[in-house]
Amino acid sequence: MSAAAPALTAIAAIEKSPGYWAGVIRRFRRDPVAMAALIIVLALVLMAIFAPLIAPADPYRSSMIRRLRPIGTPGFPLGTDELGRDMLSRLIHGGRLSLLMGVTPVFIAFFIGSAIGITAGFVGGKVNTVLMRTIDVFFAFPSVLLAIALSGALGAGIFNGLLSLTIVFVPPIARIAESVTTAVRKIEYIEAARASGASAFRIVRIHVLGNVIGPIFVYATGLISVSLILASGLSFLGLGVKPPEPEWGLMLNTLRNAIYVQPWVAALPGLMIFITSISFNLLSDGLRSAMDIKA
Amino acid sequence: MLSYILKRLALTIPVAFGVSIVCFMLVHIAPGDPLTSVLPPDASAQLQAEMRALYGFDRPLPVQYGLWVMKTLQGDLGVSIATGRPVASELGKALGNTLMLAVLATMIGFLFGSLFGFVAGYFRDSWIDRLASFVSIIGVSVPHYWLGMVLVIIFSVQLNWLPATGAGPGGSADWAWDWVHVRHLILPAVTMSVIPMGIIARTVRALVAEILSQEFVSGLRAKGLLDFGVFRHVVKNAAPTALAVMGLQLGYLLGGSILIETVFSWPGTGFLLGQAIFQRDLPLLQGTILVLAMFFVALNLIVDIVQSMLDPRVQRA
Repeated sequence: MSAAAPALTAIAAIEKSPGYWAGVIRRFRRDPVAMAALIIVLALVLMAIFAPLIAPADPYRSSMIRRLRPIGTPGFPLGTDELGRDMLSRLIHGGRLSLLMGVTPVFIAFFIGSAIGITAGFVGGKVNTVLMRTIDVFFAFPSVLLAIALSGALGAGIFNGLLSLTIVFVPPIARIAESVTTAVRKIEYIEAARASGASAFRIVRIHVLGNVIGPIFVYATGLISVSLILASGLSFLGLGVKPPEPEWGLMLNTLRNAIYVQPWVAALPGLMIFITSISFNLLSDGLRSAMDIKA
Repeated sequence: MLSYILKRLALTIPVAFGVSIVCFMLVHIAPGDPLTSVLPPDASAQLQAEMRALYGFDRPLPVQYGLWVMKTLQGDLGVSIATGRPVASELGKALGNTLMLAVLATMIGFLFGSLFGFVAGYFRDSWIDRLASFVSIIGVSVPHYWLGMVLVIIFSVQLNWLPATGAGPGGSADWAWDWVHVRHLILPAVTMSVIPMGIIARTVRALVAEILSQEFVSGLRAKGLLDFGVFRHVVKNAAPTALAVMGLQLGYLLGGSILIETVFSWPGTGFLLGQAIFQRDLPLLQGTILVLAMFFVALNLIVDIVQSMLDPRVQRA
């Protein structure tokens, strides 16, 4: 009981202080581009979650007699694909796997990369050298090449795609986490905490984490757009998601031969990837300036 | 200078070693027996045993790695399962095609990217800046394989101005610098240039804005230097970093060309990789990835050394 009491007052103090986060939210709300991006991202996420309720038709139901109808066909507002499936329903359902495949790797890599980077930065010395030199090896691959190498060797499939992309995004996040932590470690209050006898774990939890997690998080949000493009790109190459699942990259691939028949229907899945990726990019930019983090 | 080059070289060796291990392991992380990567699935048991011994798959991994490195250093990257030809000879021609595409795309991207970035940084917070920033954010957000498709739809399908696929008439792979061939290069190169363009524009904008805010620029202006004179100083200060970014972008394009080459059926390394994935041709996959990654490592080294020559401040950092 007595141990919990100071912690509670500490939380109350954080809540009362108008401080940093209130300022971040206020600045973010004043940024019209960032707000628009946030609304689009939320709309896309809701669309993916409630896809079965929103989609007008079954995304798997094919029909040989109504293949490749143009945009604006009655009953099929965005036309049909090469197997006669309703494009609008497939695009709505496609958001599920595309968003999952794009966001999950960055999310997992955020935790793994932060753990590696903060450890390397805080402990320093030999641990830092070993961890960061290993990370450097993965940096020696262009990210697209590494993703394709790994999932090309592992083979197609959602899990293999997620695994490859996570491995791709751990090194950049670890590198940022390491450099931010190294900078924070040199600040005097860390030394003061150490001098007062705080354990390393306690210093990281109380003094380091709060200072480094913001910049790492913002950096990670900037990677989501790359991850989305890469994840759909893997499916576009026949890795990642397998047919007949609706996924934007895979849809773009299977519709490639249809560009001579229904070019604009074939281009639709890519437009969805583009809208999602640019929204995440603008959202990340908005967060960065609202949180006042420099590059 | 020399000590910096040696230091940088010493850092590259362990990285190259690590890269080779990752590439070596690609065949071993593949599901199933690594032998399936060099044999057709209907191979007899005796042939399987012979091949296992020949490839050394029956030995411990470190020994296998050693043998593989020895072979690779002699230029032997194994034999493609699909075609039966040596991977090295398949790669040779493809690498040339990809280099041509990537170098051209980097040049286009650098030209327009630095132009946009410079104007945006110079007229900061003006409408030109906002426009240039918007263009560069599109450049980094657009799925380039889709952009390629859209350009094909517009310029090949609808307007019929440029060919949609291949590197020459009738799918021939022999390149020549004439209009018949160069026509095939335009769409993939423009598509590919969008990525470095966005990134270089962002970099140059930040560089120019930062340089202009420094005191020596006010000093130059106070001295009575006109805009053109200031411009010269800004370019001199921004160039080393901008060129370094350009060099790295070339490396990213070389390694990342697979998606664009697939869209345009461009007969380069990316297309080769696509085939390797499609046919589960692991020796071809491994060889291509190894060569591209080593290219990237070497390029990184060259960029660092050149940058330190252009800008002595880098060495001290």
